[in-house]
Amino acid sequence: MSQYLLSVHSVEGEAREPMPEEEMRQFMERVGLLEEEIKSAGAWVFSGRLHEPDTATVVRVSDGEVLTTDGPFAESKEHLGGFYIIEAEDLDAALSWAAKTADCVKRPIEVRPFWQAPGA
Amino acid sequence: MRDADARSKLDEAAIGRIFREESGRSVATLIRAFGDIDVAEDAVQEAFAIALRKWPRDGLPPNPGGWITTTARNRAIDRLRREARGRELLSEVTVLFPDNDDPGTPEEVGPVHDDRLRLIFTCCHPALSTEAQVALTLRLLGGISTKEVARSFLVAEATMAQRLARAKRKVKVARIPYRVPEAHELPDRLRPVLAVVYLVYNAGVDSPAEPGLCSEAIRLARILATLMPDEPEVAGLLALLLLTESRRASRMRPDGSLVLLGEQERTRWDRALIEEGQAIVRRCLRRNQPGAYQLQAAINAVHADAATLEQTDWSQIVALYDQLLALAPTPVVALNRAIAIGEMQGAAAALALVDDLGLDNYHPFHATRADLLRRLGRDDEAAAAYERAAALAPTEAERDFLRLGGRASR
Repeated sequence: MSQYLLSVHSVEGEAREPMPEEEMRQFMERVGLLEEEIKSAGAWVFSGRLHEPDTATVVRVSDGEVLTTDGPFAESKEHLGGFYIIEAEDLDAALSWAAKTADCVKRPIEVRPFWQAPGA
Repeated sequence: MRDADARSKLDEAAIGRIFREESGRSVATLIRAFGDIDVAEDAVQEAFAIALRKWPRDGLPPNPGGWITTTARNRAIDRLRREARGRELLSEVTVLFPDNDDPGTPEEVGPVHDDRLRLIFTCCHPALSTEAQVALTLRLLGGISTKEVARSFLVAEATMAQRLARAKRKVKVARIPYRVPEAHELPDRLRPVLAVVYLVYNAGVDSPAEPGLCSEAIRLARILATLMPDEPEVAGLLALLLLTESRRASRMRPDGSLVLLGEQERTRWDRALIEEGQAIVRRCLRRNQPGAYQLQAAINAVHADAATLEQTDWSQIVALYDQLLALAPTPVVALNRAIAIGEMQGAAAALALVDDLGLDNYHPFHATRADLLRRLGRDDEAAAAYERAAALAPTEAERDFLRLGGRASR
C-alpha cells in the first residue's frame, strides 16, 4: 500500500464568493458522503480544509534569525484549499478516488505519492 | 555448413537485431518478476554483452528469446544478491512470486496475458505525458537504445535519458500498476496506446531520415494485434499503418519533395502491404464495430483499389468520412471529407465547406483552399493561400513544394 496526497486547489477570489446556504448544505452533504465512502473502503488517512491563503504566515530562518512574513509562500492565483491523504494499492486506485473527489468538489485534484523509506 | 554460415554472420549488428526483436518480451517478463524497470533493463543489457561474447563462438541458441530472458534473469538475481537493497528486493520477489512465474494477484485470474501487454499499458498510462509514453514504449517495448530514440525525435541523448529516467521514476514512486486494464477500463486505456503507435509512425513519415520509426510502429501494431485479437480498433490501426506504408515510397520524390495522391505512380504502391491491410479492413467490416482507425483504414483501402485517381470510388469515401465525422467531429476530418466531396461535386462545393472550417493555423487547410481556388481559376487568391500554407508548413520539402504552387500539373 502507498499513501497519496490528493490536494484540492482553489483559485483566488473564486472561493471568496459565499455559496448560497442551500448549495452549501448540498455541497457539505456530498463531501460527507464521499468521506464516508473513503473511510469505509479503508482508504482514509487524514483530511483537512484550509482557510484562505491571506491567513497564511511564512517563517524563514536566516543566519539564526527568524523572519516572519504575512501572506502565502508563493505569489500565485491558485492555492491549496484542502487535501486528503489516502492509502491506495497503486496509482490507478488513487486516481479513481481523485476522480470521485474532483467530481464532488468540482475542482481539479492533484495526486502525489508520499515518499516512502526503502523497505517501508 | 549451415551452422558455420550462421556463426559467421553473428556479428554485433546481427546480435543487436535479434535483441531488438526479442528484448521487449524479456524486459516485460523481468519487470513482472522483479517489479523494477531498471533491474529488468540492466539485466537484459548484461545478457546482450554476454551474447556478444558467446554467440559468435557457440552459435545462435535454439531459442534466442528464451536464452535472453533466462540469462538476464540469472544475471539480475546474481547482482541483486550482491547488494543489500537487492537482497531485500529479492526476498520480496520470492514472497510475491513464489514460483517466480505467476504473481497470482486476484485481478489476473482471467486470461493469461503476455507480459508485453502489461508493459504497453504501463508505458502508455494516462498519468504520463505523451512524450514520456512514446519514449518508454520505444525504449522498453521496442528495445531501441536511448541514443536512437533521442535521434529519432531530434533531441539530445542526455535530454532523452533524462526524460526516460523521470518517466521510470514516476512509474515507480507513484506506483503506476503493471497490469492489463479490466474490460470496463479498456476503452479509455487503449486510446493512448494506439495514439502512441500512430504518433511513432507519423514521426517516421515526417522525418524521412528516420524511416525506422515507420517500421517500428508497424512492428508495435503487429504485436498489439497479436496480443489483443478481439479489439477492432487495434486491427484498424494496423490496417491503417500497412495501407499508409504501402504508399510511403511513392509519396516523396528523390529530392525530398512531396507527391500528392493524385500524382503518385500507383504501380509503385506495395501490393503485399495493400493486400494485408485490405484483408484486415474486410474483417473489420464483417465485425461491424466501427471506430476512427478502422474507418481511416477503410478510406485508405478504397484509395488502394483505384488504378487511377479518376477511378476512385469517391461516394464510398465520402460515406466513410461521414461515419468518421460522426465519431470524431474534428475540423481536420471535415477538411478531408470536403476534399472528397470536391472530387465528386466539384471544387466550388468543396470550397464552400472548407471556408466554414476554423483551421487558420493548419497548413493543409491553406494548401487545400489554394488547390480548390486554382481549380476555380481564382489564381491570385490561390497564390496567397499557397504562400500562407508554405509559411506554416513544418518541413523544408513541404515549404518548397507549396511555394511552387502545390500540385502544378493535373
